[in-house]
This record gives sequence, structure tokens and C-alpha cells, in this order.
Amino acid sequence: MHATQSSPAAHPPPTHSPATRSPAVRVESVSRAYPGGRDGAPVKALADISLHAQTNELLAVVGPSGCGKTTLLELICALQSPDRGAIECAPAALMPQQDLLLPWLNALDNAALALRIAHVTRARARARAEELFVQLGLAGFEQAHPYELSGGMRQRVAFVRTLLSGKQLLCLDEPFGALDAITRAEMHTWLVDALCREPRTVVLVTHDVEEAVVLADRIAVLSPRPGRVVRELEVALERPRSRTDPEVVALRERALVALGQARDEA
Amino acid sequence: MHALPAIVLVVALIGAWELYADLSDVSPFVLPAPHAVGTALWQNADLLSANLAPTAEEVGLGILLALLLGFALGVLIHLCSILRRAVYPLAVGSQAVPVALIGVLLVFWWGFGVLPKLFVIVLICFFPVLVTTVDGLASVDPEQLKLLRTFGASRWQALRFAELPAALPAAISGARIALAVGVIGAYIAETSTATTGAYPGLGREIDADINALQTSRAYAAAVVLFLFAIACFYTLALLERRLAPWAHRSRGEVR
Repeated sequence: MHATQSSPAAHPPPTHSPATRSPAVRVESVSRAYPGGRDGAPVKALADISLHAQTNELLAVVGPSGCGKTTLLELICALQSPDRGAIECAPAALMPQQDLLLPWLNALDNAALALRIAHVTRARARARAEELFVQLGLAGFEQAHPYELSGGMRQRVAFVRTLLSGKQLLCLDEPFGALDAITRAEMHTWLVDALCREPRTVVLVTHDVEEAVVLADRIAVLSPRPGRVVRELEVALERPRSRTDPEVVALRERALVALGQARDEA
Repeated sequence: MHALPAIVLVVALIGAWELYADLSDVSPFVLPAPHAVGTALWQNADLLSANLAPTAEEVGLGILLALLLGFALGVLIHLCSILRRAVYPLAVGSQAVPVALIGVLLVFWWGFGVLPKLFVIVLICFFPVLVTTVDGLASVDPEQLKLLRTFGASRWQALRFAELPAALPAAISGARIALAVGVIGAYIAETSTATTGAYPGLGREIDADINALQTSRAYAAAVVLFLFAIACFYTLALLERRLAPWAHRSRGEVR
């Protein structure tokens, strides 16, 4: 079930028997650079980064802008290959910051897009999407087109589309970054509930430390470019979490301090 | 009322034309007054509508064929960069061909019927459709295509689910541009390829009337072409709204 992608010069892939519980995602000493810096030298996006997430765990990756977070997700989704290192994970589904809903399809057909691509018939794809719409509180919006939906509703439909891709691993790339504060808070509550009903392994990339603390089981703090993990924080708090909870506030401060240190060291 | 500004403008232009024709010493053979054109329109209504039929057929079929050809060629060019490099310069060059040059050849090949005229109209009209289709296909957000790839979409599925629907309103916009030149294209087609029959089309009618010093009837025929072009343009606009409603409703939304 686990696909391995690694470059030829990579470390030998770690072997493990299917019986032992392996992480759902394992990123091992991965580096990635792009050609075309200002002086012609390659731009290092990620340098020797390692992280992992267990099955049904929500790992938040926080870091300053341009620290290679999107590169990390595209590597996990196999849209790029690492220059060095290895990535081990099940096939992953990507949810980008823009909802990327197709304007000519209604909410239901947008949510069912991945199923249609997997050659599921239109009727069955719609039926599966409809089921999730009801479970996740989107009933009544099936026929609405994207231009009739608010930003928050569009992201919900985009998330259902990601769920229906059938992938066990979801990569969320700043999914709520374009929303206003109130809508974002509503989305956090909604997402926690949705993942409770439909458990998945999630790698959530965000620059919002509070979002990371409210949602994640574990937080990996990245340095500025080239990105690597400078600190990992466990968030062993009951859900749903309130942003004003003293423990949440304390963890947020710790994460912010770690981010600041990483920036000063760079 | 939606059409009011256009009506006011047309009435004002006709008024100015009438004043100029009546008050200046321009001969009615050179510029007939609007009331004379109106009279000619009334008196020759049967002749003009009989001549509108072949012209309308040429333009209607021609635009349809141009839409299909331009769209298909646009998709092929989008999918195959070698084809793009091979075909694009030729497509641009085809717009520079003086139709009179090939008129005789077209009649030699296809006779006096509708085919040579269709060829000329398609030649003139496919180009805007081609250009807008290629642009429409390329307008799809690369992030969208990346997302489809994570869902395992094939090239064909990316085309079917994202690129073709995105290109449809663009292609129809191209057809609207094509229509604006298509009606004058029909005039060029009719006057540069020979025709037999009693009602050869409005283009031929205009030429014959000019030669016979029936200037007011030539103007009346031109008025019919003018109205026909406007009617076609708004028919296509309606078609676009029907086929691609999202392209209009999402405009002006606040994000």
C-alpha cells in the first residue's frame, strides 16, 4: 500500500515489515532546490528536512513565508521528486489555498470530481458526495454553483472533494489563509468535527500558529528558507479547543518563540 | 430601457444624414437621403428579402463551420506544440489572402453554388475563433491542472473536465468577433465568386445596383445587411449565456 519515491542517489529506503505500525508519512533527510536564483545559483527550498506523521494524526507544519512549505506538500503528493532523501507515504490528496472549484459545476459535482476522474458513474459519484454533504452539514447547498457560495462554504466543498479522492493522506496547503478571522474560526470547528467523522492522516501547512495549536496533534516548526524542522511540539489537549484556553495560549507562545529563534539563527 | 441609447444614437445619425443629403449639393446617385432609402426598402421588400435568404444561409452556415473548425484546430494546437508551430503562422497568413485572387479557382472547383462562398466566409471567420480558443484553453489555472493530477487525471480528463469548458465561452466570444467580419465576408464572397440564379444574395444585389445607378436600393440592401449583422451578434450573445452561464454570473462578484 505504501509507495516509496526516492532519487537514485538517496539513502537506502528503510525496510520495515507490514506488521509493525509504520508512520503514514515519513520524510527522511529530504533536500530540494530549484534552478534560477538571482545570481544563477539554485534556490534551496528545503535542506535535509525530516518529519513524520502517524495514521490519523494531524501534523501542522508552520513556518515563515517562503520556507518551502508548499514544496514539501508537492513532494508528499508526488508532484515533484526530492533531490536527495526519501519520502514514504500512501498516495496523498492535495487541498490548495484557492478552492479551485470549477465554476460550471455545482457544489455536489465539484465535490464528486475526483470520483468522476476515477471513472465512477455520475449517479454513484453524486450519491457518495450527497451522503457526505448531509453528514458534514452541507445539505441544501448541493445545487449551488461556486459563485453563489461564500468563501467558507467554497473551502468546505473543496475539503469534501479532497475527502472523496479516497486518499488516506490529506495535504492541506494553507486552506483557510484567504478567509476572514471569524470564518476561519468556524472552519476550524467544522474541520475538527469532519475529521472526527472521517478520520484521515493530515499534513496541514499554515503560517497561522494559533490555527496550528487549535487543530494539530503535533506541530513542526520550520526555519526560513531553506526549510528544515527546528522544533517539534506535542499538542496533547482535548478537542474542541478554545483559542482563549490558557494551555492553547501558552503553546502558541512557545511556537512563536521557536519561530522567532529560527528566524534569528538564519 | 436597454436599447434606448442605441436607438437615440441611430436616430441622431439618420437625422444628420438627412440634413446633409437635403441641404448640400451631393447628388442622390452619390448619397441618397434616408427617406429615399426608406422608400426603396419599402418598395423592394420582396426582392431584398429574397436576396437576404442566400446571404443568411452563407453567413449562418459559415459561422457555424468556422466555430467548429476554429475550436477543433485550437484544441489540436493546444495539445500539440509541434502543430502549433506548424499551423499558427499559416493561419495568420491565411488572413492576408485577397479573396478575389482565388475566387475564380473556387468557382472552378465547386461551381456557382453556396460552397465557394462558404469557403471564403470560413476562411475569414475561423481565425478569431482559433485565437480565442487557444487563449481560453491556456487560461486554466496551472494549480487547477496540478490538483487534477493529484486525483490521477489523464491528459484527456484534464481537457474534458477543466480546459474544454473553460475555452467554450472564449470560443463563442471569438465567434461574435468573427460574425462582425463575417457579414462583410459574405459581401466579399458573393462579389468575388460568380453566381447564377435570380436571387444571388445581398452582396451581388448591392454591386448590381451600384452599377445600375440604383443607389438608394443599394443603400436599402446595405441597411438589411446592417440589421442582419446586429441580429446575429445578439443571437450568439444569447447562445453564450445559455451555454456558459457561469461566465456571466461570476462577473462582478465580490471576493
